[in-house]
Amino acid sequence: MSLNPNAKVVLEVKDLKTYFKTDAGIVKAVDGVSFTVREGETIGIVGESGSGKSVTNLSVMRLIPSPPGKIVGGEVLFEGEDILKLTEKEMREIRGNKISMIFQDPMTSLNPFLKISTQMVETIRLHEKHVTKQEALKRSIEMLKLVGIPSAEKRIQSYPHQFSGGMRQRVMIAMALSCNAQVLVADEPTTALDVTIQAQILELIDKLSTKMGTAVILITHDLGVVAGMCDQVCVMYAGRVVEKALTEDLYARPSHPYTEGLIKSVPRMDTTKKGNRLFSIEGQPPNVIDLPPCCPFHPRCIKAMEVCRHAYPPIKDLGNGHEVACWLYADEATKAKALAEANVEEKAT
Amino acid sequence: MSTTKKPLLEVRDLKQHFPITSGSLLQRQVGAIRAVDGISFDVYPGETLGIVGESGCGKSTTVRSISQLYKPTSGSVIFNGIDLVKADQRTMLKARRDIQMIFQDPYASLDPRMTVRSIIAEPLVIYNSRRLLETPLSSLDIERKVEDLMERVGLNKAFKNRYPHEFSGGQRQRIGIARALALNPKIILADEPVSALDVSIQSQILNLLGDLQKEFGLTYIFIAHDLAVIQHISTRVAVMYLGKIVEISEAVQLYDNPLHPYTTALLSAAPIPDPKVERERQRIILTGDVPSPDKERNGCYFYDRCPKRMPWCSCHLPPMLDIDPKHQVACWLYDKEDHSNVTMEEALADAAKPKT
Ligand SMILES: Nc1ncnc2c1ncn2[C@@H]1O[C@H](COP(=O)(O)OP(=O)(O)OP(=O)(O)O)[C@@H](O)[C@H]1O
Ligand SMILES: Nc1ncnc2c1ncn2[C@@H]1O[C@H](COP(=O)(O)OP(=O)(O)O)[C@@H](O)[C@H]1O
Ligand code: SF4
Ligand code: SF4
Ligand SMILES: [Mg+2]
Ligand SMILES: [Mg+2]
Repeated sequence: MSLNPNAKVVLEVKDLKTYFKTDAGIVKAVDGVSFTVREGETIGIVGESGSGKSVTNLSVMRLIPSPPGKIVGGEVLFEGEDILKLTEKEMREIRGNKISMIFQDPMTSLNPFLKISTQMVETIRLHEKHVTKQEALKRSIEMLKLVGIPSAEKRIQSYPHQFSGGMRQRVMIAMALSCNAQVLVADEPTTALDVTIQAQILELIDKLSTKMGTAVILITHDLGVVAGMCDQVCVMYAGRVVEKALTEDLYARPSHPYTEGLIKSVPRMDTTKKGNRLFSIEGQPPNVIDLPPCCPFHPRCIKAMEVCRHAYPPIKDLGNGHEVACWLYADEATKAKALAEANVEEKAT
Repeated sequence: MSTTKKPLLEVRDLKQHFPITSGSLLQRQVGAIRAVDGISFDVYPGETLGIVGESGCGKSTTVRSISQLYKPTSGSVIFNGIDLVKADQRTMLKARRDIQMIFQDPYASLDPRMTVRSIIAEPLVIYNSRRLLETPLSSLDIERKVEDLMERVGLNKAFKNRYPHEFSGGQRQRIGIARALALNPKIILADEPVSALDVSIQSQILNLLGDLQKEFGLTYIFIAHDLAVIQHISTRVAVMYLGKIVEISEAVQLYDNPLHPYTTALLSAAPIPDPKVERERQRIILTGDVPSPDKERNGCYFYDRCPKRMPWCSCHLPPMLDIDPKHQVACWLYDKEDHSNVTMEEALADAAKPKT
């Protein structure tokens, strides 16, 4: 589980911006997100609810409901090509085939009125038109066996509601397997599941990435899952990536005050001293509607300075690909300059 | 230690079965979901009993039956010497003042049409109007009490005329906690109070619950599926599987030395937020899904998924065995007799023998 710089870059997200127009104002759900995923690598995206994790990945899949949503900037390069520029027809060739997705609730992506067999066969044949129905069925059964569905030959003729949540999630993974996706986007794939079932599903995803070389984007709010699964992590806050690092580096040297607080505030089974108070980040995540230029974390940050209230922090590279967006890592001259500029702007408005 | 004290709550052989009816007009009962299927435990004053287990194993049903939101199918719930299952309505209502609940979903559990003030005041108003309080309260008393409660749980009392949708998840959970505290309960049954919250908000609420426990000498039954949260907050822990308690112990002992194969698997499956630890861990990956709780079994309920099962377990229901006064487990591996060499034929023959 380490990054291989020679592995082929499969997906590159560059300065992605996705906004929603609502009655209350513009929601900058994703506001300048960048990351790169290579073959066989798993990248984790963590953050509080509403921080923009799902919108980031729905943008990658081009599944943003529009209106009210719109991708207003950036690029999503899949094998070097900007998929934001493709037609919807071309995109359909990629979606579910080269890039597949599993959602938190697999019921939303399985058709409740169709048998599992029909859905799996159709998915395969949609992308590989020469495959016969029999062949596709055979392959589907194999995939279901691979993900541990008992008596797959029989169970494949069931409807989704006849499966448990864990089984439905395994069906989604089987579908991703059956079409050999290069990228798997998994949006909280285990949040609704029990820990013992979660362990089964995560092991499957891990197998998929190591054996088949699939690049995985794993969205989760569970820092334990990230620690076990991901090579690289993006921490999101209020629509932006505030810290990005190799997993080991992030846990060993969390550098953004939010990341640091997050890691300190979860009770740990292996070390927690019972009865002690937990570390806690006071306050709540900000509303991302009409957020003025500032560090969005400043109202909750114990290290906030004057400049944090007036300008968005620049991204600093701490080495080894460890990036952090926080004013603590900027030099005095940069801070003074930002503060002076902000003062001018604020006076002008 | 807690075992020398008198329990505040004694649950004995509690069963909660929900009828499954056929779809026809006659609504014939064709079976039952055995949501809680004969559980017994004590809760001591000032402690926190944690309950863990997979979805559908009966955790919520357990606390709902204790608080009499559901009328138990059988068994007893003795609180302060009174059996709530048998008590008449008024005795029950009086006793229930001391037993309050906090729910998982801070969105669904608060009435969206009520202001924060009326949500928090409601229990006081009801008990006041039914003359179930020692000293009757004036509306000014109630107002003051609501403001005190809001401050105590970290809500700005200036917001008392607002509605639940104007608050975040964490704040709504604080409203639920203030409401639960209104009648000065002795015990709070908290059903996944932090599961729906973000990590950074979770620790705020866990700290608040810990502070309140110290300040008011509260006793908690605390449900969570997050094992680290349960370990952090619990004095003792009960592990449930398919409507039964399979292991119950002092928390420290349970985490250091889990005995039931299900507990062991559960602990090994729970992710730890440290990449170094995670990468060296050996997981026990269970196969299969949790079976549906609609049939009575004569063998161990965990048999289908148990990595250590023996033929004996398939047809003999394990009793609760005492490992020591503070640790009980329902598994044949810990029986005085060794069952590991019994063949399936022998086991079945033994099970078929008429019981004496
Ligand atoms: N009112 C009801 N009628 C019928 N069945 C019910 C009812 N309430 C619960 N059950 C069933 O009883 C079993 C136990 O449910 P319970 O809600 O206690 O589980 P739980 O352990 O709290 O699970 P979770 O972790 O998902 O909250 C489940 O099979 C559930 O479907
Ligand atoms: N269809 C929509 N209309 C308006 N706002 C939306 C829509 N979908 C998402 N948002 C907003 O975008 C932000 C990020 O949401 P999301 O990516 O779903 O967060 P999460 O990190 O929890 O996955 C939130 O403020 C959310 O309310
Ligand atoms: S930029 Fe300032 S407010 Fe934001 S995290 Fe860094 S120190 Fe805190
Ligand atoms: S009684 Fe047997 S099947 Fe049940 S948990 Fe113990 S070893 Fe496993
Ligand atoms: Mg989401
Ligand atoms: Mg429940």
